[in-house]
Amino acid sequence: MKRNNSLMNRLLMLLVFLFLYAPIFLLIIFSFNAGNSNMIWKGFSLDWYAKLFHNRLIMESVYTTLLVSLLATVIATIAGTFASIGFYAMRRRIRTPLMTVNNIPMMNADIVTGVSMCLLFVAFFNGWENFSVWFNSLGLFQLPTRLTMGFGTLLIAHITFNIPYVILAIGPKLRQMDKHLVDAAMDLGCTWMQAFRKVILPEIKPGIVSGALTAFTMSIDDFVISYFTAGSGSSTLAMTIYGMTKKRVTPEINAISTLLFVTVLLLLAVINIREARQERAALRRK
Amino acid sequence: MKRKLSFLSIPYVIWMALFVVAPIIMVVIYAFSTADGGFTLANFARMGTYTVVFTRSFKLALIATLICLVIGYPVSYLMSREGPRFQRIAMVLIMLPMWMNFLLRTYSWMALLENNGLLNQLFQNIGLIDLYNRIFGTNLTFFRMINTQGAVVLGMVYNYLPFMILPIYSVIVKLDHNLLEAARDLGANSFQVFRRVILPLSLPGVLSGITMVFVPSVSTFAISKMLGGGTELLLGDLIEQQFLGGAYNPQLGAAISLVMMVIVVICMWIMNRFGEGEEQAVMM
Repeated sequence: MKRNNSLMNRLLMLLVFLFLYAPIFLLIIFSFNAGNSNMIWKGFSLDWYAKLFHNRLIMESVYTTLLVSLLATVIATIAGTFASIGFYAMRRRIRTPLMTVNNIPMMNADIVTGVSMCLLFVAFFNGWENFSVWFNSLGLFQLPTRLTMGFGTLLIAHITFNIPYVILAIGPKLRQMDKHLVDAAMDLGCTWMQAFRKVILPEIKPGIVSGALTAFTMSIDDFVISYFTAGSGSSTLAMTIYGMTKKRVTPEINAISTLLFVTVLLLLAVINIREARQERAALRRK
Repeated sequence: MKRKLSFLSIPYVIWMALFVVAPIIMVVIYAFSTADGGFTLANFARMGTYTVVFTRSFKLALIATLICLVIGYPVSYLMSREGPRFQRIAMVLIMLPMWMNFLLRTYSWMALLENNGLLNQLFQNIGLIDLYNRIFGTNLTFFRMINTQGAVVLGMVYNYLPFMILPIYSVIVKLDHNLLEAARDLGANSFQVFRRVILPLSLPGVLSGITMVFVPSVSTFAISKMLGGGTELLLGDLIEQQFLGGAYNPQLGAAISLVMMVIVVICMWIMNRFGEGEEQAVMM
């Protein structure tokens, strides 16, 4: 009875995973298609991979996506780590409202976050134009008068929606930490930097890693916020695909999807094997 | 002593003021202003003409959330009862699709659902379409799947199902096993254990799952455009059109965004009433 039951359970989970992965496998299979359709199989070829590397539009947007995700993850992880230590050290009365504001980008609909930032950037650029025209008339040195949305605004947006996830991952680790450790370290003559490096950092490291991982995931997966904040200057992969779906999607998209999927799969496999090994080593030490 | 460290958050507090609070203030200002800057409530009045879009968005998002819950709860529950190795792999497998941008995955569904797409080819080959025609006396050569509301709901369920599974799973997996044992010792059968102990205790996870599926579903615009063919206009499409589309009217767009924010605030308020829901919301 028990065995039977668990077989049914496994079957249900298998179905859900099949549902989640069928479209992805489809993209992978058709990336090796000789024809240019996602519906009719015309034989095996690697044509689309060769063409992919000559498609400047796609390669540039892949580059933009990776660059913005990596930069945003690094900056957000560092900023988020310091911010969560600061929040942790605060009085509850001050921390609670700040945490509510911190949660806004996470809870808010992506489109609202994107639109609101877009409005802010446009307003700022207008203000800047007035200011710089006035400033240039002074004749000290010349400022650029026209600023437009592009990589810079895209990066700001990504950092802004990534930091909350980092803080969310680090917060619990800080609360699990012995409260007196930091006090003891500082009583014994540590500067705050030493207390941070020698006491806090080792304790919250798992939180930082998972926060960074989540931040990177969110950056890679984002489309809506990028769409509203990148302007016409730069385009992420998602934006390029969205632009294509209005006309015609080229099968190079399948090829790049496959490459991305395989990369992520390998990366996650390595991370997980390493984690499992570390856990086993920790168990043995006990 | 540790209070000294609170200065570390000052840069981020400034950042939040600039890029979280200020943009929201911008939305509020725009929502209440005319094109040349005066105060008005007309933007909200104009929303009345889009009641159809509002009801459609809510309907589709609610259906998608319900389906996600019906699939997601059993999956999270069953997953939590497996061994640690299985759980670890299952978690990775659920997270993995998120690393492929959701537009890629949605684009793949377009090819699946097409009139001469793979699903219809499959149905043709296994004789499902013939069977359907025989039973209902119709003369179909394919099932119309793309550009329907069903396809949009499918896209929402597909993209946001992990957001339902993760919070529920993370709550269930942390349940105290002594509680379950105590319930069983006191004579509860497995259904009673589930209904009286597991279900109430997993409610925070369920609520944050519902929020995390409902909010992106009600505000999506790419899914409806790709799978709904642009005919099934949703709230997200409406906002997008006011900013980047043909019907340029940022004031109206801001007003709709403000309504959306109110919806989110209501969701958050409900969640907070049930305790630490949002804490667990995105913890993976």
